[in-house]
Amino acid sequence: MIDMDVVALSRLQFALTAMYHFLFVPLTLGLSLIMAIMESVYVMTGRDIWRRMTLFWGTLFGINFAMGVATGIVMEFQFGMNWSYYSHYVGDIFGAPLAIEGLMAFFLEATFIGLFFFGWDRLSKLGHLTVTWLVALGANFSALWILIANGWMQYPVGATFNPDTMRMEIEDFIAVIFNPVAQAKFVHTVSAGYVTGAIFVMSVSAYFLLRGRHQAMARRSMAVASSFGLAAALSVVVLGDESGYVTTEHQKMKIAAMEGMWHTEDAPAPFTVFALPDQDSQSNRYEVQVPFALGLIATRSFSRELPGIIDLVDRAEDQVRSGLVGYQALLDLRADSENDAARELLAEHWADLGYALLLKRYREDILEASDEEIAQAALDTVPHIAPIFWSFRLMVALGFYFIAFFALAFWLSSRGAFERNRWFLHVALWSLPLPWLAVELGWFVAEYGRQPWIIEGVLPTFYAVSDLSVWDLVLTIAGFVTFYTLLAIVDVWLLLRYVRKGPSEPEPQQGSAATGNGPQGPGLRHATAAYKE
Amino acid sequence: MELIPLDYPTLRLIWWLLLGVLLIGFAVMDGFDLGTGTLLPFVARTDDERRIVVNTVGPVWEGNQVWLILGGGAIFAAWPPLYAVSFSGFYLAMFLLLAALILRPVGFKFRSKVGDSRWRTFWDWGLFVGGAVPALITGVAVGNVLLGVPFYFSDDLRPFYDGGLLGLLNPFALLCGLVSLSMLILHGATWLSFKTEAPVAERARRYGSFAALATLALFALAGLAVAYWVEGYVLVSQVVQDGPSNPLRKEVATVVGGWLSNYDAYPWMLTGPILGFGGVALAGLLLLVRRPLLAFFASALGIFGIISTAGLSLFPFLLPSSQDPRSSLTVWDASSSPMTLWVMLIATLFFMPIILAYTAWVYRIIAGKVTTRDLDSNVNAY
Repeated sequence: MIDMDVVALSRLQFALTAMYHFLFVPLTLGLSLIMAIMESVYVMTGRDIWRRMTLFWGTLFGINFAMGVATGIVMEFQFGMNWSYYSHYVGDIFGAPLAIEGLMAFFLEATFIGLFFFGWDRLSKLGHLTVTWLVALGANFSALWILIANGWMQYPVGATFNPDTMRMEIEDFIAVIFNPVAQAKFVHTVSAGYVTGAIFVMSVSAYFLLRGRHQAMARRSMAVASSFGLAAALSVVVLGDESGYVTTEHQKMKIAAMEGMWHTEDAPAPFTVFALPDQDSQSNRYEVQVPFALGLIATRSFSRELPGIIDLVDRAEDQVRSGLVGYQALLDLRADSENDAARELLAEHWADLGYALLLKRYREDILEASDEEIAQAALDTVPHIAPIFWSFRLMVALGFYFIAFFALAFWLSSRGAFERNRWFLHVALWSLPLPWLAVELGWFVAEYGRQPWIIEGVLPTFYAVSDLSVWDLVLTIAGFVTFYTLLAIVDVWLLLRYVRKGPSEPEPQQGSAATGNGPQGPGLRHATAAYKE
Repeated sequence: MELIPLDYPTLRLIWWLLLGVLLIGFAVMDGFDLGTGTLLPFVARTDDERRIVVNTVGPVWEGNQVWLILGGGAIFAAWPPLYAVSFSGFYLAMFLLLAALILRPVGFKFRSKVGDSRWRTFWDWGLFVGGAVPALITGVAVGNVLLGVPFYFSDDLRPFYDGGLLGLLNPFALLCGLVSLSMLILHGATWLSFKTEAPVAERARRYGSFAALATLALFALAGLAVAYWVEGYVLVSQVVQDGPSNPLRKEVATVVGGWLSNYDAYPWMLTGPILGFGGVALAGLLLLVRRPLLAFFASALGIFGIISTAGLSLFPFLLPSSQDPRSSLTVWDASSSPMTLWVMLIATLFFMPIILAYTAWVYRIIAGKVTTRDLDSNVNAY
């Protein structure tokens, strides 16, 4: 039997390390593009201020990027370390996008990031601009392949179960790449990264304007960020809707959980704005609903029904029983690999095999499972509703806030009216944490909402863990938490230090900012000279 | 299946070679900056000297480290059972490796951002740990692979592991760890003596010469241990090269000196150890006669030889099991499906030349020795 404490701790560790890594990724995605845009303006206009802006945002980018790289290595190794049965069971499909991510994206990004910092004096203007764009391109390609891998966990297309190797194997690689879930998630996620980058630039620039420092650069930075951010914020919500639509198609339980929809509603279903979902009584209290809205958003039709949680549990119970037939066939096949009848039976039922594996939580010999255990396994397919229901609503609310924020910013920017509206600068400054809150909520809705599955309908999360002890996990979680907390403190402290220091200004105006106890220490002896050119 | 022009055994063999290419790529490319990190506190005395050392790898270490990332990804994609068993089996060792590797990106980036000397000294030692510990651990891991690792599979092919961190720290594995460490110190020393001027280059040259001697002695010692002490593994059932990737369908026996049997059967494999000894010795000599660039290539050749020796000795084993030898992973029963191997081969053949081309271009752009002038002229220097 699998130790459920090890499962809980493994999940905790993955959530901690993934959500921590995801603090740095969105800013890398967004800021790399914003820098590329700024440097493009520099190359096109030849105005030095745009180069200094690129350098300044580049310094902050570099500090953030180092943390992303440091925490990203952990992600790739962790599948094997903590989820070894997962790695065996789906490595044939899941490993490929990760490896291609390395080949196509991360190599590009990581090789050129060095030149971004070290190539200013060694490359032509156009050469350096190309390098910057390649870094941004690499970061975005990287997100593409990671989300293809993740999309397959949500909607495992193009693969089939092979009883001889006891694992899922690829049948159609093209289907894995063009997985509709992956594509919708990709654009939704990178757009969220762009919003994060744009808010970051808005917020830091607002800080300068409020202090009356570096106004020229801050205004220009805000102009770039507000238009870029508006496009991104619109894209996040539109593609979030697309993401919801494909979720309706392929992860019915997740959408029902996000909506707290216990019963199948007559089409088109209402949208629940507010409710307190109660898992035990399988109902909501204090519901406030908008008629028809959910049905229209989720199915884009007036007539298609959305199945409720209770109906989905009934379906799951049938699938557990079907999966057990497949499991029996699998055992017969293992005893005699020439047993063609068993092979055929398994081919019919393998798609439900994962549902039968849900019973492994209750007994090793799942063929002996009682009706109560089967009913319980079916009930296990329901995730915890309330956290998903509320995380989703908060994320959506933030999405709409970003649209309003950037629409206003765009309008103010086009009128050159930032400094006359100091209240807006305060709003921009204090909006800084919001995109991070939104992306973490998004991660939570997507991954927690997939439970109890690690691969939707194919492999239960608890069954995917490694053969580790509780102490192994306690040690590593304690290690990661300590290490990551210290790094976070240092990282934020350094970012603040460099924000306060601000961009370099041409001499002599802001010369004092770059001398004295400048953070570069001895390195800055001639640094100001390098800025002048 | 008919879409794939290569048969399953050929694909498996190609991916065994590619696994070697990636591991050697990691050791050669990331190896010199691991070695540079290890040498940092010793070859540089003043802050400017330390910054010079850090900045020799500053522009390239991120790209180099992708060889490790790609190696991990390729093992996952092409050899899923190997990835599943080794990464979970070596759990705490992997955690130490990760912790050490995390110190590198932040160490490089953060070190020179603050002028305080205690801050800088702290990150210098962080970079030392981030260089020496991964070099040591990867070698210890290879040593344990040669000894066999205590794991087995259930009928569902769920891997179980019956050893802890301390079991990994046995004398033979530590010996292999020292081979790896000294080899990468040599490699880092050749890099430093090429990329810096005196006095750093001179100190690096001295450390490098010692490291070459140490590598030769340790590698020879490991060879003797493998011949007279370590139990090698041999397939005793009929070898099925195109069967499904199910490790439980074979029989395996152990015999002292068994890892040398390949060299009897295929004498050409002796090129592995010959290049290992030859490359390292040549690198040491070239350092002595002050030809650091050639020494760098010779040491890369030595790394190629030493890692090939490990791979060729093990063949066709990837990860033998000391607890249940038939659970051992081999080239013939631990791969992905033919389709995945094929798709990944296409991707590798397409992207690898592009990667090599732009990597070469980057190295050309940053060519030249790193001096204090570079530190002063580039605001982004570490």
